[in-house]
Amino acid sequence: MTREHQLALYRSMKLIREFEERCLEMAIAGEIVGGMHPYIGQEAVAVGVCSNLTERDFITSTHRGHGHVLAKGAESRRLLAELLGTLEGFNKGRGGSMHAADMRLGILGANGIVGAGGAIAAGAAWTAKARGNSEVVVSFFGDGAMSQGVLLEAFNLAAIWSLPVLFVCENNMYATSLRCDSGLAGNAARRAEGFGMVARTVDGMDVESVAGVAGELIERCRDGAGPAFLECLTYRFFGHHSVLEQLGVEFRDPDEVATWRKRDPIVSLGERLGDDAVAEIDAAVKNEIDEAVEFAKNAASPEPKDALMYLYSGTAAVRPGVVL
Amino acid sequence: MSELPSPPPDLGYTHALNRALHAEMAADDDVFLLGEDVRVGASGVTSGLMPKFGPERVLDTPLSEQGFTSFGTGAAMAGKRPVIEFQISSLIYLVFEQIVNQAHKFSLMTGGQIQVPVTYLVSGSGSRFGWAGQHSDNPYSLLAHAGIKTVVPGRPADAYGLLRSAIRDPDPVAMFAPSSLLGSTDVPDSGEEEIVPLGEANVLREGGDLTIVAVGQHVGTALEVAESLSDRVDLEVVDPRTVYPFDWDCLRKSVNKTGRLVVIDDSNRMCGLGAEIIATAAEEFDLLAPPKRVCRPDGTVIPYALALDKELVPGPEQLTKSISAALNL
Repeated sequence: MTREHQLALYRSMKLIREFEERCLEMAIAGEIVGGMHPYIGQEAVAVGVCSNLTERDFITSTHRGHGHVLAKGAESRRLLAELLGTLEGFNKGRGGSMHAADMRLGILGANGIVGAGGAIAAGAAWTAKARGNSEVVVSFFGDGAMSQGVLLEAFNLAAIWSLPVLFVCENNMYATSLRCDSGLAGNAARRAEGFGMVARTVDGMDVESVAGVAGELIERCRDGAGPAFLECLTYRFFGHHSVLEQLGVEFRDPDEVATWRKRDPIVSLGERLGDDAVAEIDAAVKNEIDEAVEFAKNAASPEPKDALMYLYSGTAAVRPGVVL
Repeated sequence: MSELPSPPPDLGYTHALNRALHAEMAADDDVFLLGEDVRVGASGVTSGLMPKFGPERVLDTPLSEQGFTSFGTGAAMAGKRPVIEFQISSLIYLVFEQIVNQAHKFSLMTGGQIQVPVTYLVSGSGSRFGWAGQHSDNPYSLLAHAGIKTVVPGRPADAYGLLRSAIRDPDPVAMFAPSSLLGSTDVPDSGEEEIVPLGEANVLREGGDLTIVAVGQHVGTALEVAESLSDRVDLEVVDPRTVYPFDWDCLRKSVNKTGRLVVIDDSNRMCGLGAEIIATAAEEFDLLAPPKRVCRPDGTVIPYALALDKELVPGPEQLTKSISAALNL
């Protein structure tokens, strides 16, 4: 991998980290009203995978989706504006943290229902294939989604119709508070192989490994070899949701958290790049997020009278909820 | 591949749906069909589409309703116009998440960035006699409640024209085709090829004494009853055709003229379509007498035995009784 490529990966991971740390502060302070599901610790997965995608490729994301959206190229200031519920957000303040989507970048929506994106990804992939295009679709989900029936149905559809989908399982060891070994029978990658997919497991704390293996699998998809499955072993440094941080709820062994924190993917890559390069990128990223905060805080709020705008694409008249 | 048969031409309603699918697939290359048994056209509704349009546009799915329903959502987001056939109405319960919580919500949640133009064609809704508890429901009120554009055509010409509108609509639309009409030869396919817009009711019979709102197969019931009572009362019959969004202007005009209202629809009583129509009429219209509704009992589960099944599904006797009560006949 070239140094230029490494620097880009580092920058993207650092942007996600800085963005999320700032969001977590704002969520705990109540400025981000619905709170957020922190992605901190998992940056290498989103960045490694998305470094192989173009703007024309699609992704489906999860409730823990800020990292995927930023790694796919979304503007941090517009994502933050969305989290603050403003008109400058991608979704004009109608989606928030769990539904951030930028269709111009092929982001088919972050999704609040675990495992729901897989079948949507399969449908988008079928459309690309039917049109003879070379786009691929990456569907991100966690280890908890492996127990959702609809995701397994999506594996089957993608496999029988040989669709260009890369299913990326971010195994961060916990489905909300349930440990993976208490919630997942067998092994995620072996399950995927049962559908006839090529399945690989990779160290999700090493962005270069993720980028390399994801790149191979995405090329297979692009070449018409059908779907593939990538399990990334990773860890979230914080709990399931910012509310748990507010309440001080911790359900994991502190030693376990500390051990994983020592494997921070951003620190690891930064050590390989050298202090000067890291300092320069860190300063630029901090500056970008400072500006994003400024931008988002100054953005206009939607008018309450427009609360149901965009419910229908056409002009269907919605009756009011109270009739006087 | 050998030519697969078209539905027998005497099955009017089925043939009208089939003609609409042929027409819309021919008109727009982005329209495609998916569902169980669509290749062989087991319901009759999808007959002949496979030989004409090929396997790229007629996808026989595995028995994975949740998976293929959201597959349709993804295909629609990427620019296609899927039509998904459900041969059994209760499958709607299985895919409520995929329709109501996914397809329906993307437009608002993304601030208008995403449209999901999927048509859910429920090709045999309601009791088909002898199919028992899990194959006899009529869950259109549920989708209307959730805000899904929902149509229940009562006549072949409307089935044809509304299906074409549903496929062209930018939002998800559900069409419920009543089982009793699919298999019926009573009302032949007129061959009409008019597009019927969503959201427009139809006054099928004008009258001054009482308005009957009749949905789906009960359009026929209402017209028969109105005719049988024509020597005594002058009944107006309104077919909403689209149950959501409902054409309140049409109904307001009718009820404000007649002053009396009876609704007949084959959904359950509690929170059913009839409840909404009567509540709105009570709030907003000029009524001369309490309105009545003819519907299934609360939370109905259709039993297997034919006599029990028929007992629970609304029919002409109940409608006649309700009209008499509303008019003090």
